[in-house]
Amino acid sequence: MRLALKIAFRFLSSSKAQTFLIVLGIAIGVSVQVFIGSLIQGLQKSLINTTIGRSSHITVSAEDDDRKIDDWEVAIDTIREKAVGLKAVSAAVGLKAVSAAADFPAFIESGSQTFPIFLRGFIYEDADKIYKLDESIVEGKRPTRARQVLMGVDLKKELEVKLGDRVTVITPKGTKTKVTITGFYDFKVASINKSWLITDLRTAQSIFSFGRSITSIEMQVNEVFKADTLALSIENILKNPNLKVEHWKAQNAQLLSGLQGQSMSSYLIQVFVMISVVLGIASVLAITVLQKSKQLGILKAMGIRDSMASLIFLFEGAGLGVMGAILGVALGLGLTYIFTTFAVDSEGVPIITLYISYPFIALSALIATLSATLAALVPARKSAKLNPIEVIKNG
Amino acid sequence: MDNIIELKKINKIYGKSITTQVLFDVDLAFEANSFNSIIGASGSGKSTILNIIGTLDQPTSGEVYINGNRTDQLKKNALAKLRNETIGFIFQFHYLLPEFTALENVLMPYLIREQKASKAAIERAEELLNIVGLSDVKKNLANNMSGGQQQRTAIARALINNPKIILADEPTGNLDSASTENIYELLRSINKKFQTTFVIITHDKRIADKADRIVEIKDGRVAHDFK
Repeated sequence: MRLALKIAFRFLSSSKAQTFLIVLGIAIGVSVQVFIGSLIQGLQKSLINTTIGRSSHITVSAEDDDRKIDDWEVAIDTIREKAVGLKAVSAAVGLKAVSAAADFPAFIESGSQTFPIFLRGFIYEDADKIYKLDESIVEGKRPTRARQVLMGVDLKKELEVKLGDRVTVITPKGTKTKVTITGFYDFKVASINKSWLITDLRTAQSIFSFGRSITSIEMQVNEVFKADTLALSIENILKNPNLKVEHWKAQNAQLLSGLQGQSMSSYLIQVFVMISVVLGIASVLAITVLQKSKQLGILKAMGIRDSMASLIFLFEGAGLGVMGAILGVALGLGLTYIFTTFAVDSEGVPIITLYISYPFIALSALIATLSATLAALVPARKSAKLNPIEVIKNG
Repeated sequence: MDNIIELKKINKIYGKSITTQVLFDVDLAFEANSFNSIIGASGSGKSTILNIIGTLDQPTSGEVYINGNRTDQLKKNALAKLRNETIGFIFQFHYLLPEFTALENVLMPYLIREQKASKAAIERAEELLNIVGLSDVKKNLANNMSGGQQQRTAIARALINNPKIILADEPTGNLDSASTENIYELLRSINKKFQTTFVIITHDKRIADKADRIVEIKDGRVAHDFK
């Protein structure tokens, strides 16, 4: 073992240019893999974030037409207590936020104009965890008292209102309620900015005469892709036929298949990059066996075992793989750095935020090392088969 | 004296469809501690005999005994061990490993056996290099030495594991006459000092004459055998 290792590294270091070229070849393969992997993962994260980052991942609502959930506080407590202890749900998947909402379509009247809106009453602190309300407020501040509301920036433009203005909310039943605007938010989604009017739970309940009822329980989870299993578990915990539990995956099937396609193509690219790296190493090492056949012949005449002779080339492959992987990871990280530093929009924000996953990078490096070792198998066999007499006879 | 090398009825045939027989029922034995030379025209089969003794080549039929053990039926790994511990080779084209220094080349058979060089082994290698007069160039890579120096390194290498037998195929074939004389003096002194059995193939009549015994091979048979 030890001698094989020593000979392998001496062979590698004695032909530095050749070694460097192979290492560079592997490194470029690994760097492409690291870069493309980080790029695709980054793309997916940002896509998921923009799509469902500010929305409910799992929503509990009533089956009835009046949409009212009466004993919601018990339901929320049950979810909070039991969902954490679920076997199917590891701590990582766990719930990030649980929030009650009382909402209903209505109209808003300001001066002579009337617009359709969606009035949503939240417990502000809970909803903030899902919708990041505080971060979204661009003007004014959060509502602190009854009959105060947050309005979207697009609706503000339509209504031409300003902070502190009082506007009238008209329910479908015709009830009118005056509310005060304490702030404007921007969710970066025009349809929401135009329609949602956010207030506290009590105000919404009284405007729509809900009593103590709400209309939905919204949740965010940490592992978004496990939302469906969690939704199923929650349905089982609640054991209430009047409630239905929905999750984002069912509502975004197209996005999911898009993401899947992207992952597949990324895997495919990575597999082919690896194959070309393996072929490259295998062919170069095969030539190296020829180059070193004189040395192998003399080593065998001096009594080196065939297994040891193959080990030399396996070690060469592994050594090349390790060096290539290290250089490749460095190059790949360099590429991602260049990409995020120079591929920026006019505001200096990277066009695509890359996602650097250390386990993924470690895996790429490991695969490169293993494939380099694997690629050395063919030359290693050749080296084991080499008969010293051929070399001795032919000079 | 006991025979350390014994060949019985050795035939060697090369090729499968078109066969060429190079050795015909060769019976040959060498005594321990003796200094022998093999002479013969090129193509006579003398190198084949040496390679069969050295277990690098296998006879088509016949029996080979090295140090009392039959070798023509041994497995490859057992042969490798035997070569490593019992036989030292010196070839015409010295065959050093160019990636290694003179000292490392000398140590190589020891490393093959032990994996790691002990302090004593390194001292022995240095002593051997001293005997062959190469102390000054022991750190040189094999390629950075003259032909004579490389050949002397190969001799030191053949001695490192204290083999009972040294097989040499035209060890001075590509050296000038002064170096040739030098190398033979060296081999002879090693023979006396370490009681090593030598079998040397040579073209050089003067050298052959200095041996205890001359075996002449002709057309695959032992033609003459002088002591």
